[in-house]
Amino acid sequence: MSFTGVMRPGHAAIRVLDMAEAVEYYVERVGLIKTDEDKQGRVYLKGWDELDCFSLVLREADSPGIDFMGFKVCKESDLDDFEAKLKEYGQNVERMPAGELIKCGERVRFDSPSGHTFELYAEKEYLGDGLGRLNPNPWPEGLKGMQVHRFDHCLLYGSNAIGTVNLFRDVLGFDLTEQVLNPEGEIAAAFLSCSNKAHDIAILEHPEPGKLHHVSFMLMTWEEVLRAADIMSMHDIAIDIGPTRHGITRGQTIYFFDPSGNRNEVFCGDYTWYPDREPITWQPEELGKAIFYHDRKLNENFLGVVT
Amino acid sequence: MYQISIEDSDEVFDCAADRNVLKAMEKLGRSGIPIGCRGGGCGVCRVQVLGKGQYHTGKMSREQVPADDEKKGICLACKLIPESNLRLKVLGKWQKHFSDNRVSENQKLGT
Ligand code: FES
Ligand SMILES: [Fe+2]
Repeated sequence: MSFTGVMRPGHAAIRVLDMAEAVEYYVERVGLIKTDEDKQGRVYLKGWDELDCFSLVLREADSPGIDFMGFKVCKESDLDDFEAKLKEYGQNVERMPAGELIKCGERVRFDSPSGHTFELYAEKEYLGDGLGRLNPNPWPEGLKGMQVHRFDHCLLYGSNAIGTVNLFRDVLGFDLTEQVLNPEGEIAAAFLSCSNKAHDIAILEHPEPGKLHHVSFMLMTWEEVLRAADIMSMHDIAIDIGPTRHGITRGQTIYFFDPSGNRNEVFCGDYTWYPDREPITWQPEELGKAIFYHDRKLNENFLGVVT
Repeated sequence: MYQISIEDSDEVFDCAADRNVLKAMEKLGRSGIPIGCRGGGCGVCRVQVLGKGQYHTGKMSREQVPADDEKKGICLACKLIPESNLRLKVLGKWQKHFSDNRVSENQKLGT
C-alpha cells in the first residue's frame, strides 16, 4: 500500500497526577522504554518496536486526561498542504516550533469540534529498536512488564464527535472503517483509519468535550494479552474489563487504568483495512456486542469513566 | 480499622488505616460507591464526608474535585484514607449524569 498524506498515529501526550508513579507504571508494568525528559519535566517514552524516539509524552498536572494526539505525515510539504486545508475548513491552526517536543520537527497543531487538540508532524529523530536493520533478531532481550510493541490508537470522547469525524475524513483523508449508529440513524461513534489498520483513532459522542477514553498499545497474540492481565493482577493494576473481545475491530483486549485514572488498552488481532472495503455498521440494539462481544452488554463505565 | 457507613443506605464496612475506602469496599465485596478508574481521575467515586470525620487524601483530579469542593469534605473515595470512622454521602458522577445528560446519552446509544 502506498501511503500518502497522514501516515500513522505518532504520539499521545497525556497528563498524570504523579510523574514518578506514572513513569514506574509505564516503564516497569506496561513495558515502554523511557527515552528522554525535557526542561519542563515532560517524560518521553516509546514501545520497543517503534523506531522514532517517542510515542507517549507524560506531563504532570493536577487533572489527568489528554493534551493532544499527533500524527506523522509522509513528507514535509504535507504540513503546508494540511495547514492550508485545515484553515480553510475553519480550524484554529498553530505552528509548534521544532524542538518544542524534544527531537520532534515542526508541528501543525489544530483544534477540533469535539474539543480535542491534534497535531501533524513530518520529522522525529530516529532511535531504532536496538535490533538494527541488517539481519536483525526478532525481538530484543530485557523487555519489561507487558512488553507492548507500540502505541496504536486513541479512543476519544467529546461533544460534536461527528464534527471531528468529518474533519478527519474530509480534510485528513481518513477512511471510516466502522460506525455505531444511534436510534436516529446518526453516527454515535466512528472508527477511522489513515493506514491499513482497523482503526488509528476512534471518536464517540459524549456530553463533555475533549475527553480521553483510552490510549491503546499493541501486542501480537492472545497469549500476550493474557500475560498482560497476569501482570495486572501481580501488581494490583485496576482492570476495567477483559481479557475479552471487541465486536468492533475484532480486537482481543483488556481495558485497565494507569495510576492517574487514564484508561489504557492492550490488544491484538484486528483485521487489515483496505480502502476498497465497505465500512462496518453497528446498530444501536447491538451496541453491547459491538463493544464487548462476550458480555454482550454495555457497562456504565464504558460510557462514563473518562479523564 | 475504621468503620465506613454510606448515607441513605444500609452499607457499613471496615477500612484499614492504610487503605483507601474504595479499595476496602471492593475487597470486601461490598457496594454503595460507584467504581471507576480507581486512580483519582474520573470522578465516578465522588463522595462527601459528613460530620467531622478525620481523613486524608492522595492527589485527586482538580477537575473532579475543585478546591472549594475539597473544603466541603468532597473527595474521591479511591483516594480517601480514613483516620476515624467516616459517614459518607455518595455524590458520584453517575448521579449528576443520571439526572441530566447521562440518561439521554444512554438512550441515544440505545442502551
Ligand atoms: S474511581 Fe475514578 S476517581 Fe475514584
Ligand atoms: Fe481501543
